Amino acid sequence: MIQKLGLIIFIAAFGLFVGTLGMNDYVLTNKILEKNVKADQLVDAQKQFASMFNKNYSSLFAFAYDLTSGTNTLNNTYDAQQAWDKKYFEDTILAIVKDSANGYLVENKEIMFLLTFGLAILGAFLLIIPEVRKLAGIKNNGIYFNPAMNRKWLGVLIGTFLILFYVALYFKPQYIANWIMIVDPVSRLINGGEASRWFMYGFLYTISVLIMGIRFIIKYRHSKYQVIRTLSIMFFQTCIAFILPEIMSNLNLPSADLKNMWPLDYSFFFNYRLDKLIAGGTFGIFLLVWGIVLFVVGVPVMVYFFGKRWYCSWVCGCGGLAETLGDPFRQLSDKSLKAWKIERYLIHGVLAFAIIMTIGVLYTYFTGNYNLLGFIPTESLKSTYGFLIGSIFSGVVGTGFYPLMGNRVWCRFGCPLAAYLGIIQRFKSKFRITTNGGQCISCGNCSTHCEMGIDVRAYAQKGQDIVRSSCVGCGVCSAVCPRGVLNLENAATGTRIMIAPDILLGNEMLK
Amino acid sequence: MQHVVIIGNGISGITAARHIRKLSDCKITVISGETDYFFSRTALMYVYMGHLKFEHTKPYEDWFWEKNRIELKRAWVKTIDFEEKKLYFRIPNEDDKEAKIGGSISYDKLILALGSTPNKFGWKGQNLRGVQGLYSYQDLESLQEITPKINHAVIVGGGLIGVELAEMLHSKGIKVTFLVRESSFWNAIMPSEESNLIAKHIAENHIKLQFSSELEEIIGDENNQVKAIKTKSGEIIDCQFVGLTVGVSPNINFLKLPQGNMIGREKPAFILGVGGLKLNRGILVNEYLETNLPDIYAIGDCVEHENPPKDRKNLEQIWYTGRIMGETVARTICGKPTKYQPGMFFNSAKFFDIEYQTYGQVPNILSEDFKTFYWEHSSGKICVRINYEANRKAVTGVNTFGIRMRHEVWDEWISTKKTIEYVLENLPKANFDPEFFKQYEAEIMEKYNQETGSNLKLKSKKGIFSKIF
Ligand SMILES: Cc1cc2nc3c(=O)[nH]c(=O)nc-3n(C[C@H](O)[C@H](O)[C@H](O)COP(=O)(O)OP(=O)(O)OC[C@H]3O[C@@H](n4cnc5c(N)ncnc54)[C@H](O)[C@@H]3O)c2cc1C
Ligand code: SF4
Ligand code: SF4
Repeated sequence: MIQKLGLIIFIAAFGLFVGTLGMNDYVLTNKILEKNVKADQLVDAQKQFASMFNKNYSSLFAFAYDLTSGTNTLNNTYDAQQAWDKKYFEDTILAIVKDSANGYLVENKEIMFLLTFGLAILGAFLLIIPEVRKLAGIKNNGIYFNPAMNRKWLGVLIGTFLILFYVALYFKPQYIANWIMIVDPVSRLINGGEASRWFMYGFLYTISVLIMGIRFIIKYRHSKYQVIRTLSIMFFQTCIAFILPEIMSNLNLPSADLKNMWPLDYSFFFNYRLDKLIAGGTFGIFLLVWGIVLFVVGVPVMVYFFGKRWYCSWVCGCGGLAETLGDPFRQLSDKSLKAWKIERYLIHGVLAFAIIMTIGVLYTYFTGNYNLLGFIPTESLKSTYGFLIGSIFSGVVGTGFYPLMGNRVWCRFGCPLAAYLGIIQRFKSKFRITTNGGQCISCGNCSTHCEMGIDVRAYAQKGQDIVRSSCVGCGVCSAVCPRGVLNLENAATGTRIMIAPDILLGNEMLK
Repeated sequence: MQHVVIIGNGISGITAARHIRKLSDCKITVISGETDYFFSRTALMYVYMGHLKFEHTKPYEDWFWEKNRIELKRAWVKTIDFEEKKLYFRIPNEDDKEAKIGGSISYDKLILALGSTPNKFGWKGQNLRGVQGLYSYQDLESLQEITPKINHAVIVGGGLIGVELAEMLHSKGIKVTFLVRESSFWNAIMPSEESNLIAKHIAENHIKLQFSSELEEIIGDENNQVKAIKTKSGEIIDCQFVGLTVGVSPNINFLKLPQGNMIGREKPAFILGVGGLKLNRGILVNEYLETNLPDIYAIGDCVEHENPPKDRKNLEQIWYTGRIMGETVARTICGKPTKYQPGMFFNSAKFFDIEYQTYGQVPNILSEDFKTFYWEHSSGKICVRINYEANRKAVTGVNTFGIRMRHEVWDEWISTKKTIEYVLENLPKANFDPEFFKQYEAEIMEKYNQETGSNLKLKSKKGIFSKIF
């Protein structure tokens, strides 16, 4: 009953959120242009946009579309003139749209925030909290009958929404300007300024992790491992990834997400970031050293002792979203041998790409030469990586495909850091998942609910430890096993059972 | 090249096929009328409840069989000509109820891995629509089909499959009444404390447990659909579904000769079936899993051991015994005669949210030569029972609810006859619960100390380091 109400409230709030894109009127004025474009762009811009001046648009889409076509025309001319520094980027267009907007939403951001985010959060809680009334234990009833969690119409719908959202966020934020405005009140509260698109994304991300984290904790409350792990994820996302960088920039320090590291943070060695850190004094240098120590020393040491889980399912933001928002979709990951093959090629390919790209970028940084080895153009290496891997793979595909390919698409197929952590986990780590003698009944719960698409049962039923580079140690296979067969453990590296024993415990025939 | 034919693609038949392939180059054919591919019967409940899809119950991908040159044939074997070494088929899903013969196949060696079939004790109305057991894929299908019509279900027989069926129906919001002939739950196997613990948890899940109540007859309506049941005490319970879970028997009907010879305890120890095959409750086999006929072997649920290994029953219809028999018979067939030696008994199950494991011997009623130590947590959902010899104090078996234990460690402790004191002092070594889980060993020790006036202290820690000493 309460849950139904929650669902209705949530859907209404979500509908309104989508509907806000239809709110406001938009009028472009000369003043707005003057404020947002550079002096050397102004004359061209005024000419290009003269027809739009003081014209009232009632549709965000039409306004953003006209504006974008205008900037495209200008960009084409600048390209022809090789005047690249005059070109328009998304953020400028977004700023113009925001300044041109007026109407109810602009004047009542707080109310709109409460009606969308506020109600959605309320609805979600009404939906999630009553689950505590069920007895604690594995409650996966009906997930394969649910149209959202079984690649049916609702899953496709959610996936489409997420994909469109990411495409807009990364490439065309002007079309979702109203969503960004709605979180202005929060932004003002935290850092005093208006929300950027990344602030909006960070905020949405963090509340998703928090709310769905609470859902996860309730669902797995009988397992202390799951509870502590999820609290850790929620903490790192909220405090370290979201709040702390805002505080740093409030203090005029170079801001950074202290837990993010190269090569996931692929732009760590980009010139503008290095310059900023070096210019940032002692604190900047600290951040630079911290970032390098993390992946040079931190990763091998921590993975040696605990497996890659210390990062992937306890700390990481991408992992955090996957474990919380993505949990309802974990069973959709492909368990076939073929998928495993593709996974190995792809993820190690991305790691190699990230390394070459970074070497190129550093080479250019130190030598000023734009061609690595004389023929590899470092700038296009960098932009290709950013576009293909940084935006398309990790965002659009990585999250957009949750309802279609499971919640770890990025972590499994694309993340170069996961590849690096995985290599160490596979070859030099104390971590393994132990299988308990002859107790496995091959039921398949473990494999089905492994988000990384590991066929856990294939190991468990023959008494082999699960030692896989991709295992993020989420522990869900162990939780769902109805026979207590699986346990995540750390012990001397040599004690991992890598080859299935000839005969399992419980069979006393001669070897 | 020898042709090994296996009837039955369950865990026993498939394990035999895989191991024969590993050990030899014979031609292998596996026949089953139930499904095209091997699947895990134990997971039928999870398919019904929507935790998994049927395809997830298949432990091997479909390409596996061809790659390993294991031929699969979907057909029911109607009869076997043991003299000609030939099987005759009935093709499944045939409209023709006469079941005409659909081809045949010859073998050099034959493995019977026929599994079980749910018991029906000749109740009136047991063949009505809406009355069924839970064993096969087809049972799952028919249950799924009638589920929307069920408001109230009655389950007859309190065993493991009965509890699973109750949980399944409960997951769909169906009211369930559980008829148990005994005075407490599963007390033919469980000591009374454990039996009560399970019963409490079942009741907590809103399942109505009705002890000491036996089925008299099942009452149908004009469409041959069940509408109620009557108990021996005359109570009538309205229901739209009756689940019969009063145990399973070896699935050997097609091997019996049509003389209607029911086998009772007073009859001779065996009867002769088709072609002179020795049968009793199951197919009789020796230690090598050989039947009385040459080149014919039997494994898995359908087997009755003439001389069961120590501490083992002659019928043990569980998953891993089927697996071990498959491994064993493969060796024998491939020229390395091997005795069936399942070792110390162990098993596990899950009652709704409570996991249960057992190692060694924990009978429901203890003989005088043994003592027992029982600890139960105040939540009433976690308990440990350890049995030990009265004189030497060597542990002989353990039941554990709500705490996972390490098979390897208990196997070692029981087989090397460690004392109860030693075991309690080192109990954390056997703990197989996930990290951060609350540990109860100190509390357990405390109880033992109080009961016996001893002053034992914990001597080791949980974890894989201290796995073996
Ligand atoms: C619901 C359920 C839950 C269970 N849970 C557990 C558990 O948790 N733990 C545990 O240890 N055990 C459990 N069991 C028991 C376990 O599943 C069985 O012991 C095991 O599956 C037996 O394997 P098998 O290979 O001997 O036979 P089966 O798996 O029954 O395979 C026999 C196959 O042979 C086929 N066949 C038979 N006759 C013919 C014929 N004439 N022609 C063609 N094909 C034929 C059958 O159709 C069947 O497919 C459970 C059983 C059920 C039904
Ligand atoms: S969930 Fe447990 S029992 Fe089932 S296949 Fe996996 S390890 Fe085996
Ligand atoms: S194997 Fe288990 S712990 Fe590892 S990722 Fe899969 S479900 Fe998580």
